[in-house]
Amino acid sequence: MPGETLFEPLRWSDIGIMAPELVLGAWFVLLVVLDLLLPGRASRRSWIGGLTLAGLLGAGVLVLLRMIDMNGSEPAEVISLLGDSYRIDDFGSLLKLFVLAGTAVVVLLGLGTAERDSAITDKGEYFYLLLPAAMGAMMMASSGNLITLYIGLELLSITSYVLAGLRRKSLLSAEATFKYVITGGVSSAFILFGMSYLYGVTGSVQLDAIREALPAAVASYEAFVYVGFGCMLAGFAVKIAAAPFHAWSLDVYQGAPTPVAAFLAVVSKGAALAMVLRILFSTVLFAGVGGSVIGTALKDDILFAVLLVAAISMLLGTLAALRQKNVKRLLALSGVANAGYLLVPIGAGVTMTHSNNVTELIFYLVAYLLMTLGAFAVLTVVGRSVGHDELKGFAGMYYRAPWTAAAMTALVLSLAGLPVSAGFFGKLFILLGAANGKYYWIVAVMVLSSVISYYFYFGLVRQMFMRSGDGMLSERERLSVSEYESLDESGSARGRTQAESVIGELAAGVEDGGPGGQPDPAYGAGTAAADLEGRPDGTVRVPVPTGIVIWACAILTLALGIFPQPLVAVIDSVFSILTDFVPMDR
Amino acid sequence: MSFLQDIPILTFILLSPLLGLAVILLLPGQRAAWIKRTAILATLIPLALSFWLYADYDRAKGGEGYDEAAEWLTIPINNDTNDTVEMLFSFQYALGVDGLSLPLLLLTSIVTAMAAWAAWHVKKRWKAFFGWFMLLELGMLGVFLARDLFLFFIFFEITLVATYFLIGVWGYYNRERAANRFLIYNGIGSAIMLVAFVLLVNTAGFRIEEAAGGHQYIYSGSYADIGANMANPQAFVHLPPEATGGVNPFQMSEGMHWTLFILLLVAFGIKLPVFPFHTWMLKVHQEAPPSVVMIHSGILLKMGAYGLIRFGLFLFPEQAREGATMLAVLGVVNLLYGAILAFRQTEFKLVLAYSSISHMGIVLIGLASFNEIGLQGAVFQLVSHGLISALLFLIVGSLYERTGTTELPRLGGLARSMPFMSGVLLVAGMASLGLPGLSGFVGEFLSLLGLFETKRWLTAAAALGIVLTAVYVLRSVLGITFGPQREEHTALRDARFVEALPMIVLLAFILLLGCFPSALTDTVQMSVGGWMEQLLSSRSGG
Repeated sequence: MPGETLFEPLRWSDIGIMAPELVLGAWFVLLVVLDLLLPGRASRRSWIGGLTLAGLLGAGVLVLLRMIDMNGSEPAEVISLLGDSYRIDDFGSLLKLFVLAGTAVVVLLGLGTAERDSAITDKGEYFYLLLPAAMGAMMMASSGNLITLYIGLELLSITSYVLAGLRRKSLLSAEATFKYVITGGVSSAFILFGMSYLYGVTGSVQLDAIREALPAAVASYEAFVYVGFGCMLAGFAVKIAAAPFHAWSLDVYQGAPTPVAAFLAVVSKGAALAMVLRILFSTVLFAGVGGSVIGTALKDDILFAVLLVAAISMLLGTLAALRQKNVKRLLALSGVANAGYLLVPIGAGVTMTHSNNVTELIFYLVAYLLMTLGAFAVLTVVGRSVGHDELKGFAGMYYRAPWTAAAMTALVLSLAGLPVSAGFFGKLFILLGAANGKYYWIVAVMVLSSVISYYFYFGLVRQMFMRSGDGMLSERERLSVSEYESLDESGSARGRTQAESVIGELAAGVEDGGPGGQPDPAYGAGTAAADLEGRPDGTVRVPVPTGIVIWACAILTLALGIFPQPLVAVIDSVFSILTDFVPMDR
Repeated sequence: MSFLQDIPILTFILLSPLLGLAVILLLPGQRAAWIKRTAILATLIPLALSFWLYADYDRAKGGEGYDEAAEWLTIPINNDTNDTVEMLFSFQYALGVDGLSLPLLLLTSIVTAMAAWAAWHVKKRWKAFFGWFMLLELGMLGVFLARDLFLFFIFFEITLVATYFLIGVWGYYNRERAANRFLIYNGIGSAIMLVAFVLLVNTAGFRIEEAAGGHQYIYSGSYADIGANMANPQAFVHLPPEATGGVNPFQMSEGMHWTLFILLLVAFGIKLPVFPFHTWMLKVHQEAPPSVVMIHSGILLKMGAYGLIRFGLFLFPEQAREGATMLAVLGVVNLLYGAILAFRQTEFKLVLAYSSISHMGIVLIGLASFNEIGLQGAVFQLVSHGLISALLFLIVGSLYERTGTTELPRLGGLARSMPFMSGVLLVAGMASLGLPGLSGFVGEFLSLLGLFETKRWLTAAAALGIVLTAVYVLRSVLGITFGPQREEHTALRDARFVEALPMIVLLAFILLLGCFPSALTDTVQMSVGGWMEQLLSSRSGG
């Protein structure tokens, strides 16, 4: 049966159903051409950035229309294309909305920062590359088959590698993209390797077919199934930056442009998490169907492995963050810990009395999106004003920018999981679910890591409200921070030791009057002027798009902290495991 | 039905600080005097409302008519896996008062109003200070009013965050460390509490309701539901197992009972603070601004005791009864340890901090006695110590303002230049050491009397603590007021009217409670009595 339908071609009528993805793809091509045609002087930020945003919003509207259309008719059905390898279901649609919203916010952040960041040489790419990345994430969300999933994942990953390296004049960015390519490649290899085992024992790459073949496959090839799922989990853990597979994220976030780091932390992570959920919940969860003892053991083992990764992520992420002084790296570690929280509803599995795991996951994902993107948005503003991303940059924010500090406080509370914030309810729902499944040890780990995290999240509050100062680093501190180390024209900085290069840079700074690196003559006076204008002096200027992001995130975080019911109700009414993951004729 | 029962009075009390917050946020930040006046006026609203409530409260019937409940959040949890039975998590916006919370509600509104008055000498960032101050009051009122576990937790955490800011920004030299320590210790406490609550909701919070399409099985955070289920563990024995898919959701083993009880004991013990967990509060007493210490020592510590009674004792009477000896020993240790260390301190704030530990020991002793007298004594002691320590720290704030020090060796003979304040200090000290006629005496006496019925030897040990209390209080208070006066202190001015007014008010309440203890005990009696009856019946029944 699967063999017959596997090569079903894309039909003309399918175009309408895949419209959101196709629109993004077409829009991307258009923007590439536009970038070529635009005169050099035209502001790529406003043209391409604005159009990118428009494209994302357009795709979002299409997804929304599709979702309303599907939920209008009873019962909600799943639209399945291309021989069931591409499926439009409510889970996928919710995630697509998440991805598009996250990417749109990232574009807004880019609008607020790109023009002034002299290390980014190609402002156009910076925006339109987000489109194929979002498209990849959306394909992942819609995949009903391992190959589609992998293609979506690679589309997302490869564009992310480029995005991470966009600050071409910064050594750190080059390092980031290099590390990201290597680790990302290895993780993709692991995923593919695991998938091949799964295909080997079940004879299919379709999730539905795997689910049906799994009980039999476990009985005869138990070890292979374990290897298959184990490798896939490890690979995905790299993508979602769950400990102990998280080490890349610190360097990559630090080197990448801040909005791109936000994209990686939110959209990339969310999409990969959703994939873990979809794969496990539509295959492993049913391994024990029919009373198979080995199958049940497999299910328990795999879910336990997920919980174990979750626990390690929470503890390692929060403990490592205690001594972290760089805010980007801090947020990376916070992302590691949050990946742990987000894995809990997946690992808790589904029981007779508890099956709203997806609601828990999506609610916390939304909370995570709001608080993390908000925090990154504040970081772009602060980093710009003081010229570095160290914790000290937040010092005296109360005096320099009281309103931004207030918004950041709301976001930090949410990150720490304190009421009244979306993060509190997100964590509470996950806790209740885990306790309902009698996983008391993971409840204890979650709560413990939350308490540890108070210390460093409130470190930001301490800097903002209890320290005074303009957030500038002293000369001594500058030497220990390699943040704004730049490539000089010949690229010879690579070979020098860190101290030498910083001293060299300081010397260069004396010569041309700026620590931001020598402006490349090829990019004309505009860059240099922007560089001079943006010289860090501690005054906080909030660009309008960034301001919108900060306040939207902070207000929504608080609103969800007081009235979480609407979001819960929406997710709950739209989504159902039975219709979305498992065909009705089960 | 009285008028107050027709209107949502508890919500009005709870939300009234928000009114003050809104006005303060709208005022220009430089107008310090306006902001301060607004804050004081704002704290008078909950004060007036809660006194009205007290006057209206029917001691014989308890707080039944005032309950407010509204559905806040429901999460269906098994839509997909079980079509026959619908299961939900349900959290309510539920408020209520009873004889236990009403006195503490009054205490909160009194002390907060006086602390707002005492915050007159805050010197910077007034707008933010009084903003957090109002949020803190909201949190404290909420803690005593909430009748849903998660609502309680949310208010508890609000006080945590607000206090963190108040200490960390407006405190003395080592304020940041004090704030951090406060945050981490209390964070651990509330985390343990959260675990206990989550477990409670998942076991004892269960109830069944008739719904349109069959039964609804509800995991609820409602205190009333949990209390009812805990009191009647047989509630689900007759439940047909197939209705929930073979799972009896109400599985609470003996071990689970004990686990929860101990979790709650530790969680609230940190807040109280019980002996090994007390180090954080010393720093807070030393570094926080005076008005915040008034609230901290006067109310926040009481939240620990309140939680211990409300959740530990009322929900787990059997475990508490069996653990009573342990509680009593902890109480005596607290009492003696605090008293002995208070005697050794040279810093007046630390004397008071250790004295707080010592007095909280008396609360534990009262709780451990397990009879009506002891429990009344414990609640009385909470209120009385709240008033006394608020008054003492109010004086400390004014002293520090003038002398720039609170070191005992550097103070002395202040009665000559400041007769009024020294007099108040002396009376407050007398109240603290338990002089009859002042409120401190009643609490101590009732608590010890209660314990004497059950554990005589421990009571004897505790009585030793009373003697020690007299020693350290007299040593420090007399040292400050009498003796040789330092030269630079001869020209100090006595209390201004702004400072004197809250002192007089607090002193009046201390005297009132000392002379007419029944004003408080009558209110408490009803709730405590009901609980005792339940305890006795469960003892005879099982």
